[in-house]
Amino acid sequence: MTAPSLAKAPPPARGSALGAPSARRKITDRAVQGLVYLAFALAMIPLVSVLWTVVGHGLSRLDPTFFQFSMNGVGGKDAGGGAYHAIIGTLEQVAITTVIAVPIAVLTAVYLVEYGAGSRLARTISFFVDVMTGIPSIVAGLFVLALWLLAVGFGFSGFAGALALTILMIPTVVRATEEMLKLVPSDLREASYALGVPRWRTICFVVLPTALPGVLTGVMLAVARVMGETAPLLLTIFVTKAINTNPFDGPQASLPTFIWDQAADPNQNSIDRAWTGALVLIGIIMLFNLAARLVARRFKPAGR
Amino acid sequence: MAKRIEVSGLHAYYGGVHAIEDISMTIEPRSVTAFIGPSGCGKSTFLRTLNRMHEVIPGAYVEGKVLLDDEDLYASSVDPVAVRRSVGMVFQRPNPFPTMSIYDNVAAGLKLNGVRGKSRLDDIVEESLQGANLWNEVKDRLGKPGAGLSGGQQQRLCIARAIAVQPQVLLMDEPCSALDPISTLAIEDLIAKLKNQYTIVIVTHNMQQAARVSDRTAFFNIAGTGKPGKLIEIDDTSKIFTNPEVKATEDYITGRFG
Amino acid sequence: MTSDTGVETRVGAQHRAAGRPISTGRIGDKIFLHAARGSGILVLVIMAAIAVFLVWKAIPALQRNEASFLTAQDWDPNATPPKFGIAQLAFGTVMSSLLALLMATPVAIGIALFISFYAPRRLASGLGYVVDLLAAVPSIIYGLWGLLVLAPHMEGISKALNTALGWIPLFGGDSPGKNSIFTAGVVLAIMILPIISSISREVFVQVPRANVEAALALGATRWEMIRLSVLPYGRSGMVGAAMLGLGRAMGETIAVAMVLTFVPGINLHLLEDGGSTFAANIAKSFGEATDTGRGALIASGLVLFVITLVVNMAARAVVARRKEFV
Repeated sequence: MTAPSLAKAPPPARGSALGAPSARRKITDRAVQGLVYLAFALAMIPLVSVLWTVVGHGLSRLDPTFFQFSMNGVGGKDAGGGAYHAIIGTLEQVAITTVIAVPIAVLTAVYLVEYGAGSRLARTISFFVDVMTGIPSIVAGLFVLALWLLAVGFGFSGFAGALALTILMIPTVVRATEEMLKLVPSDLREASYALGVPRWRTICFVVLPTALPGVLTGVMLAVARVMGETAPLLLTIFVTKAINTNPFDGPQASLPTFIWDQAADPNQNSIDRAWTGALVLIGIIMLFNLAARLVARRFKPAGR
Repeated sequence: MAKRIEVSGLHAYYGGVHAIEDISMTIEPRSVTAFIGPSGCGKSTFLRTLNRMHEVIPGAYVEGKVLLDDEDLYASSVDPVAVRRSVGMVFQRPNPFPTMSIYDNVAAGLKLNGVRGKSRLDDIVEESLQGANLWNEVKDRLGKPGAGLSGGQQQRLCIARAIAVQPQVLLMDEPCSALDPISTLAIEDLIAKLKNQYTIVIVTHNMQQAARVSDRTAFFNIAGTGKPGKLIEIDDTSKIFTNPEVKATEDYITGRFG
Repeated sequence: MTSDTGVETRVGAQHRAAGRPISTGRIGDKIFLHAARGSGILVLVIMAAIAVFLVWKAIPALQRNEASFLTAQDWDPNATPPKFGIAQLAFGTVMSSLLALLMATPVAIGIALFISFYAPRRLASGLGYVVDLLAAVPSIIYGLWGLLVLAPHMEGISKALNTALGWIPLFGGDSPGKNSIFTAGVVLAIMILPIISSISREVFVQVPRANVEAALALGATRWEMIRLSVLPYGRSGMVGAAMLGLGRAMGETIAVAMVLTFVPGINLHLLEDGGSTFAANIAKSFGEATDTGRGALIASGLVLFVITLVVNMAARAVVARRKEFV
């Protein structure tokens, strides 16, 4: 686009048909342009600062020890120690979350698009999926605390954390899947019905595979989102400095709660560990984001 | 206030696509010039180069000269905003501002140009709506949204909006293609009236319309898909429709293609 | 392309299998429908369960509470007798979120305008992705950054604001600090920028080309075009976006918990250290909470749940009304 306002025009001679707009209008236009550029620049400051400091401070403890050891028996002011227990915990919790949340979310989206379209039940579900998107993550944690730990009586565990994360993951995946399913051209469905293929098989073998790349992108973005959640985990997996590979029994660690724990200790060695934990966490999240974009770019949705 | 337009050696591009090639023509003031030609021949693109609306499409640009009474619209010292104020435009689909009243739609351009004072605005709004043959139909509901009018009324509202700022030239891009025959007739009557004051250029798909409303007609054609559109000939409308110079024009007009 | 051919071969396979009795499909259809509808209903059940269980587990603690839950400022549920009220938490939550909203909305709309109308077209989608990166950073990292990087800078800013605007009670006080509600508001503003700007962008993309061209053809400058065509069209969408941002800010936990230093009692001077929010209080107090303490936290979480629910539902309603209007 040739920027209209870039022509630095001395106003044409008097009586000209093309007299430039008044100075006031031009100045207003330029001023708004300046403000809009400023807004963007302003937003870049925290982004650059966050990434810069996380990488800068995080590198100091990015050593093999960090990935091989837990914090068991390591005090706040001690050097060494690592996040092995936390990385294990995060991976297990997020894996369990994905296994529970994705089928529920995909099936819900299938119901909303393929079966329920327009029915009162579907509209109600759709509305509450929106509402669910806005649930504060700490409330999801409190819910699991109230239900799983206090009412049913189980103890803190990685699985309880995964349950809380599931509540946060479902709505994102429902929305992403819904959008992708809507993009599948109805010709494809009709072509399949015309061959006498039952509806569920059409959905499973025609509609879902066509939407798969988009769904996969949505799932990866959702995984990246819940992986950084801290608040619900504090109430459900609690805190531990030791390795616990069993997500169904006893408190577990996770990267976000590891950072929370280390940052609460004023000793520099702890702060360093917190930064490195942040670097590892952000690295994994960015990897998932990147992979999601690659999948999205590699397989453009059909029919577009 | 009507002005002559002289175009010389004009090319227009969309990114890498050459849309129209080497167009030169003169458009006389206080007359109606119609652009006709098959779909995709570049007549609308050419129209949009006359008020620098072409370049608002990302990647689009223009080469060549368009003189409005000796002033080049594409000179580096000229602000496109000023060009569009002097060369008004009416679009294919009526596009009143949906959130504004009828009154505010007509006054929109005036307010931009710093016209102040209620009575002055009132006068120009009434004058413009009368000029657009719409006053009698809307004078009792000027505060109602413009989007509530019928398609034909909306289009006349858009014409009123365009003439309210007293442009030198009025460009119309298939202004009747979305309208029913009665509304079309109302617009054609309006064009006949407006040409006493304005230089009017109209793109139309409807050859009868070109024959009815225009004094001069330009025929555009395209050599094939992917090739740029070209001006084949421009002449008095009566000549184009009875005895054109070029065989392709005759073929198009007699309906042998297009 | 890949998926297209994949689909064709699959349809072909179905074709060959079509000789089987149709009833297989019928049963399959039923099972699949029930599974899909059941999942949808499960979502409703979860929502209902959240309300039910929070209420259930909050009641005993509320019954033991010796103070007024709504108006008391102290949070001592572990004491005997337990005394706790949400006044201070409500104050902190509302103030920090409103500050965040006031700071984030103009900037977010500016970003949306920049990407939609000012940035070079080839860069636009890349810039959108960069802004989305802000949303990808987890709140624990904003907390860490806010505590260790931003807060030290905020001390000077707060002092300057206090000197300049100290006559306004909210900016008044004797000792502007770095771990204040104001600092929390800044961190929250950064965190809700992406959601407000991305929803605003979605709205701007839908502005009809015809309206944009109508304004330009009248001789409007770029800003005048935005004022005539874009902003009126996008108004309710932007309001909805801001409200969703507000809901997000109110529920944000960890970043606020890390930045704020807890000082008991409501302090109107937002630049001074102290304050707490519903969410931050839950995260900070949970570790030492007794049975009653946990119940009290659940009760405060229930209040937060209801508030964010109302804000979010109102926001959705505003956005939905826009769709009807168009």
